[in-house]
Order: sequence, then C-alpha cells, then structure tokens
Amino acid sequence: MSVNPVLLKELRQRFRTVKSPLLVSLYLLVIGALVLGFIYLRWRDMPGYYRPDTSREIFIILSMVQLFLVGFVTPGLTAGAISGERERQTLNVLLTTRLTTRGIIVSKMLSSISFMVLLVLATLPLYNIVFLYGGISPSQVLGVFGFYMVTVFLFAAVGVACSTYFKRTGVSTVTSYGIVFILGLGTLLLGGFIYEVLRVPGPGPYQTPLITQFLLDINPVVVMMRILGENGFGPERNIGLPYWAVYILFYVIAGLLLLLWSSSKLNPSRNKGLRFRM
Amino acid sequence: MIKVQGMYKRFGKTTALDALDMEVPRGSIYGLIGPNGAGKTTAMSILATLMLPDGGSAAVDGHDVLSEPMAVRGVIGYMPDFFGVYDGLKTCEYLDFFADAYYVPQSRRKTLIGELLELVNLSDKYDSYVDLLSRGMKQRLALARCLVHDPKVLILDEPASGLDPRARAELKEIIKHLKQLDKTVLISSHILPELGEICDQVGIMEKGRLISSGPVEEITAAGRGASLLRIQVLDKVSGLADFIKPRDNVVSVEQDEGALRVIFRGDPQSRGKLLRDIIEGGWVVTEFAEVRRNLEEAFMAVTGEGVLK
Repeated sequence: MSVNPVLLKELRQRFRTVKSPLLVSLYLLVIGALVLGFIYLRWRDMPGYYRPDTSREIFIILSMVQLFLVGFVTPGLTAGAISGERERQTLNVLLTTRLTTRGIIVSKMLSSISFMVLLVLATLPLYNIVFLYGGISPSQVLGVFGFYMVTVFLFAAVGVACSTYFKRTGVSTVTSYGIVFILGLGTLLLGGFIYEVLRVPGPGPYQTPLITQFLLDINPVVVMMRILGENGFGPERNIGLPYWAVYILFYVIAGLLLLLWSSSKLNPSRNKGLRFRM
Repeated sequence: MIKVQGMYKRFGKTTALDALDMEVPRGSIYGLIGPNGAGKTTAMSILATLMLPDGGSAAVDGHDVLSEPMAVRGVIGYMPDFFGVYDGLKTCEYLDFFADAYYVPQSRRKTLIGELLELVNLSDKYDSYVDLLSRGMKQRLALARCLVHDPKVLILDEPASGLDPRARAELKEIIKHLKQLDKTVLISSHILPELGEICDQVGIMEKGRLISSGPVEEITAAGRGASLLRIQVLDKVSGLADFIKPRDNVVSVEQDEGALRVIFRGDPQSRGKLLRDIIEGGWVVTEFAEVRRNLEEAFMAVTGEGVLK
C-alpha cells in the first residue's frame, strides 16, 4: 500500500522540526498542571485520604480541558492547510501534478489529524491518575477518546474547508474558530433560546422541541457530559436515535461533506460541463 | 504539440485572452513575448490545467485541457512565474516528493534524482534544505522538478525572472540542453535578447491575441511588414526626427548617436518616397539603410503602434 506523497511530506515536515515536540510538551504541561493542581487543592483540604468521587471530578476536569484544547488547537492546525500552500506559492505546482484534489485534501486533513491524535493520546498517562483512585470505568475513558476523534474530525474538516475557501490563512483561522465556537456555545445558546421562545407558559410538563434536542445532541460540551455519566445534563429526549449516534452521524457526515466540497472547490477543472464557445 | 484555437478568457470586464490561436510544433522552443497584461500567463495557466477558459479549445499532445486534465498533467512540466518551495525538505526529498506525485516508481527515483540534479548543476546540493538555496538554484531545482516525470512539454513562465546575469546564462544553457532531449518548450520571458538566442519560434502577444508568430529569423527580419531603418544625415538630426515622426508609415523614431533608428511599415515605394522627401527637405543624407533587428526591436515594431505612438 502506498502512502499519498502529500501525507508523507506533511508528516516529514511536521515531525522533523523542534516545534512538534515542543507543542506536545506544552500541551501536556497545560493539562498536567491543571490536573495536578486540582489534586493538590483537594489533597490540601482533606489530607490523608482520597475519595473515588474526587477522581471522577478529576476525570471530568481533565476531559473538559482536553475538549477545550481540541477546539483550540485543531482549527489552528488545519486552517492553513490549503491557504498556506497558496501563500507560499506552492499550490499551483502541486495542482499540476497527477495527484487528485481529493487526495491532496484528505492527506492534508490526515496529517493534521494525526498530530492532534498524537496530542490526545499523549495525555493517556494523565488518565492513569484517575484509574489509580477508581471511580471511572475503562469504557468511559474509551468513550471519551472516541468522542475526541469524532470531534477532531469535524473541527479539522472545518479548518480545511475554510482554508480552501479563503485565500488568506488569517481569515481562514478566524472563520474556523468562529464555526467551532458556534458548535461549542452557539448551539447551546440557540437551543436554549428556541426552548424559551416555544415554551407555553403555565403548569404541566413541556416537551422540549426537537430542534432544541438536536442542537444539544450536536453540542460537544453537552455530549461529553452525557458520556461522563452526567445524565441530568440536558432535557428529556424523544429523538429515535441515542444522543451519541446523532452526534457521530452529524459530525461524520458534515465532515465528509466539507471535505468533498473542499476537493471540488480546489479542483481547477471542476466545471467539466462547461460549453466551449468556438 | 500544443494547439490553441479561439481561446477566450475574461476576468470581470477585462479580456485576458481574445480568440487566441497558437500552435507550437513538436520539439521546438517557442518563446511567448508581449507586454505585461498581454495574456501570456493566463494562456500558460490554461495550458497547465490551472484555469478554465471561457471559450475556445486547447490541446497538449492531443489531450484536451478541459476534458482530459489528468492526461495533460502527465505530459507537461509547469514552472509558474512565481513559485515557492517547501520549508524543511531537502533537495532530494523535494524531487522525490514530486516524483511520487507523478507516480514515478520508487526503484527509479534515486538514480533519476541524481541525474536531474546533475542536469541542473545542483549535484552538490543533494542533501541541502531547499529553503536555504539561492534564487538561481531554486529556479534550477524547479526546472529539475518539472522534469521528474520525463514530460514531453515544458511550460516555463518567466523562468529567468529575478535572476542575475550568471544565473540567467546557466538557465539558458539548461533550456538549450532540453531541446537535445527532444522536449517541446513553451517559454515566456521579458528578457527578449536571451529569448531570441534560445527559441526556434516566437509568438508576440498583445491584448490577449497572438499578433505575430513564426521562426525567430522571420520575425526579426520582417515583423509584419515593418523594417528598421538607420538614417544618418550631416546635421539637423533633431529636426529630421520631427519631420519624419508624423508620417503615416512611421511607427517610431529614435535618436541613436547622431543617427535615427526608424521603425517603418511600408513597401519599397513608400520607403523610396521617404528618402526623396528627406532629401527634398534639405537634409544631406549620408546613410539610409535597413538594418537587421534583434527580437526586442521586432517586438517594438510589431506592438509599437499601440505602445509607442
């Protein structure tokens, strides 16, 4: 099996520089400092023993910090994927090779994702602290890591799509962060707003509108809290699919559509139906 | 090898290509010259499958650029007027990347890269990082990159741009060598004398059209009926210039060390009439002759009406 040359080149360029290990170290330092700081504060208040529910709190904090960092780092890694090539004036040459635009887009995406996956996997030893004290099942940890992978996929696809559409990396980065912010907070606010607008005043149970349920199902913060077993997070649901299925379907389909659109947008010969005027 | 018929391209209200017709014979070095904005880069971008024309057709080695872009990419090596290189890659890795992108088998690549670096005189830079090379070296490396898949056609857009004279001379030698390798080269440059030295044929573009095309000797000799006259008189040279300028057949007049260089478009009768008028005007003519022009003068003669007058 041959590896796409763009992917090979990107990995070679990315992992050859000192920036990559520095970024991994910084990432671990931030997450590790927060977790160890939290443990220290808990231990200082109650020295001598450690409760399992405290380790659960650590797990939640660790996972939320990681989610925030995933949302912060992923668009930064991908928002210059294509626009960076354009700015370095290397894109035209790349497009005249026999590589397909789909191959270029997917390779760019994979190289960025691989680095993000490395960052996330590098934090696994920190999760051992949680296991040390109990209170969290391995399936929950696996669920959280699977959740990160799906989330990284869409966030990265957003970055690549913005990078394909916008000529400047700066504009692409700002727009990518904006879209990630909308997914992270906008869906929550909009869901709440729609809930309040459609709510009928008065006593009695009120069914949460489907659109609100959907918006909460695709909100990464809400979904993560649900994975962590915080079942009271969010309203009652009556969508036929479980929340994680809605999340996975939406993130994977939206990500794939963005990648398809990006490869079509990048293709200089895309208007194949164009009629020539003689 | 390259055939363009009635190609149109517009950017908003600006017409970049206006029914461009062009034909580049197999195995020739064809120079595309023209002022800035003439449409050279647009034409080359379309031939390199980077841009879609609004109308007309273009084919490279029999492959239509619109319906068979991948086939066209397989037979061309394209060097744009501005290009960058990848940071953090060595010269050999840079070429290996592009060889891989053209599906050159891995078993052949090491030898191929060595040969290409030797061709462009960069053998000693095999392990150097590309971003640390000089501009001239990058240009030569880009030329080597164009050749990794042994293309039949090379499309070189201003390859000598920004190079010092030595680097230009080196590049010129490499391009001459490409002809021996039976490559068809379409090259644009604004350094016309050099283009005249390496090209078999030239095409002069202006306002999106090819206004003149043919072998270099033919273009420099005829230039669409225009000729370069050297007129020397005993005195009052400036007055003679003013006397000649308004005449119908005169494209441009330039004073050159006591003589006039006149680009004249007309038949021998009108040329004779010009000489008679000068003599009747009171000037003592010591020289009145047609001189052989270089490509730059031919270019000025052909495009002169719009540019000079």
